[in-house]
Amino acid sequence: MPKINKDSALNITFVGIGLCLLCSAIISFIAIQLRSVQENNVVLDMQKKIVSSAGLEKIYGSVENAMSNIKTLIIDLDKGEIVDINPDSYELAKELREDGKYKFLSAEEDVASIKKREKYSKIYIEYKDNEINTLILPVRGYGLWGILYGYLAIEGDLNTVAGLEFYEHKETPGLGAEIDNPKWKALWKGKKIYQDNGEVSLKVIKGSVLETSNNFSYEVDGLSGATLTCNGVSNLIAYWMGNDGFLNFIKNLQKIDV
Amino acid sequence: MSKYSEILFRPVFKENPIALQMLGICSALAVTSKLYPTLIMCVALTVTVSLSNFFISMIRNITPSNIRIIVQMTIISSLVILVDQALKAYDYETSKTLSVFVGLIITNCIVMGRAEAFAMQNPPGVSFLDGFGNGLGYSVILIVLGTIRELFGTGTILEYEIFPLVQNGGWYVPNNFFLLPPVSFILIGLIIWALRAWQKDQIEEPEFKMSQNSPEIVPNPPPTPSSKAVS
Repeated sequence: MPKINKDSALNITFVGIGLCLLCSAIISFIAIQLRSVQENNVVLDMQKKIVSSAGLEKIYGSVENAMSNIKTLIIDLDKGEIVDINPDSYELAKELREDGKYKFLSAEEDVASIKKREKYSKIYIEYKDNEINTLILPVRGYGLWGILYGYLAIEGDLNTVAGLEFYEHKETPGLGAEIDNPKWKALWKGKKIYQDNGEVSLKVIKGSVLETSNNFSYEVDGLSGATLTCNGVSNLIAYWMGNDGFLNFIKNLQKIDV
Repeated sequence: MSKYSEILFRPVFKENPIALQMLGICSALAVTSKLYPTLIMCVALTVTVSLSNFFISMIRNITPSNIRIIVQMTIISSLVILVDQALKAYDYETSKTLSVFVGLIITNCIVMGRAEAFAMQNPPGVSFLDGFGNGLGYSVILIVLGTIRELFGTGTILEYEIFPLVQNGGWYVPNNFFLLPPVSFILIGLIIWALRAWQKDQIEEPEFKMSQNSPEIVPNPPPTPSSKAVS
């Protein structure tokens, strides 16, 4: 076998093109092979967050069982009505890019510092004996380093919190990221959102809530060292439970119940 | 036998890529705040550096020398993409934590350094061993950092509680400083100190020597205005 001149122009072209083709072929093959598993992971991860925001995985035993009792709906936030759009094709990031599907918020409106609010929102309802048992709403708002994305679960009376779970945030590990701490999340269960006059009163305070306090059912203990993150959480609750958020929809649901 | 074990274990303590060659510090600072993602990162880097050494060594005799860096980078980045894809498919939670740092293995100097320094001159088998050894050397340091940072930063190891936290009714107040990247820098410094106290031959010759203060040496005269104008 004659020894090839490895620095010849021909060999450089051959090795360069050959290597690129080979590598891209292998990568494409593997990426296509793994795509279904990866997409499944993303969906599962999302479902897990939705289900665990309301603590349903314990009741139903598994995420799949819980999801089979949960109905996904698209609602119009301004009118507070369910609209007939296929929830599978809904993606928040896409909604916020398409003209006419979102609105810019003015400084006074923008309590949660999110700049844009979508027209349609994707929500989840868990039914038990054909009655609403849990309402799971997507919420988001600015924390310290970035937007906190999460789900707020509300019980069938449409006023009691069943749980709060964030699925994406950039808070400092050990400080703001303690919003993922199960002990802190457990504090939310049973808190009330609206006062009798319909005002959103649920918020995170600095320090601990005293059991004797008048506002005991409207306040959650703050996380030490994470005041700005906690303010962000309070703000996003105030925004999404208010007029601009899901209040119209909740009012409509109450009417149907009556 | 001894030759192979030498190639495999030399990079662990004697020629550690982080502690002696000061390579791959960036990811050592970034991913070690918790032990579990650290372990995944170690596996990802070890796989990449071993396989890249193997493949680069396989084609070393036909690789044109003037595009060799591009050839190496193509192989390394393909492997990193594969590792990243596999992680997204089989350990989604950790891949979210590690985010860009898996992709950044491409720019990790250890991988490229071993390809240039070892795999281009040696057959595939020993190149693979060399890569694996360097992966181990990197892993040893990262695991030490990850353990210390997670233990003192959050009181746990692999999420298992070692020091009961004050928040949960224990006695330990977590030191949040340990969760910030600079602490790895300090810890790496301490590790290097310990390593060099043990392996004296790692101590480098000082680049400068303090001169003795003697009256014979006249300090340089200040430059005259004319010489300044010329320059």
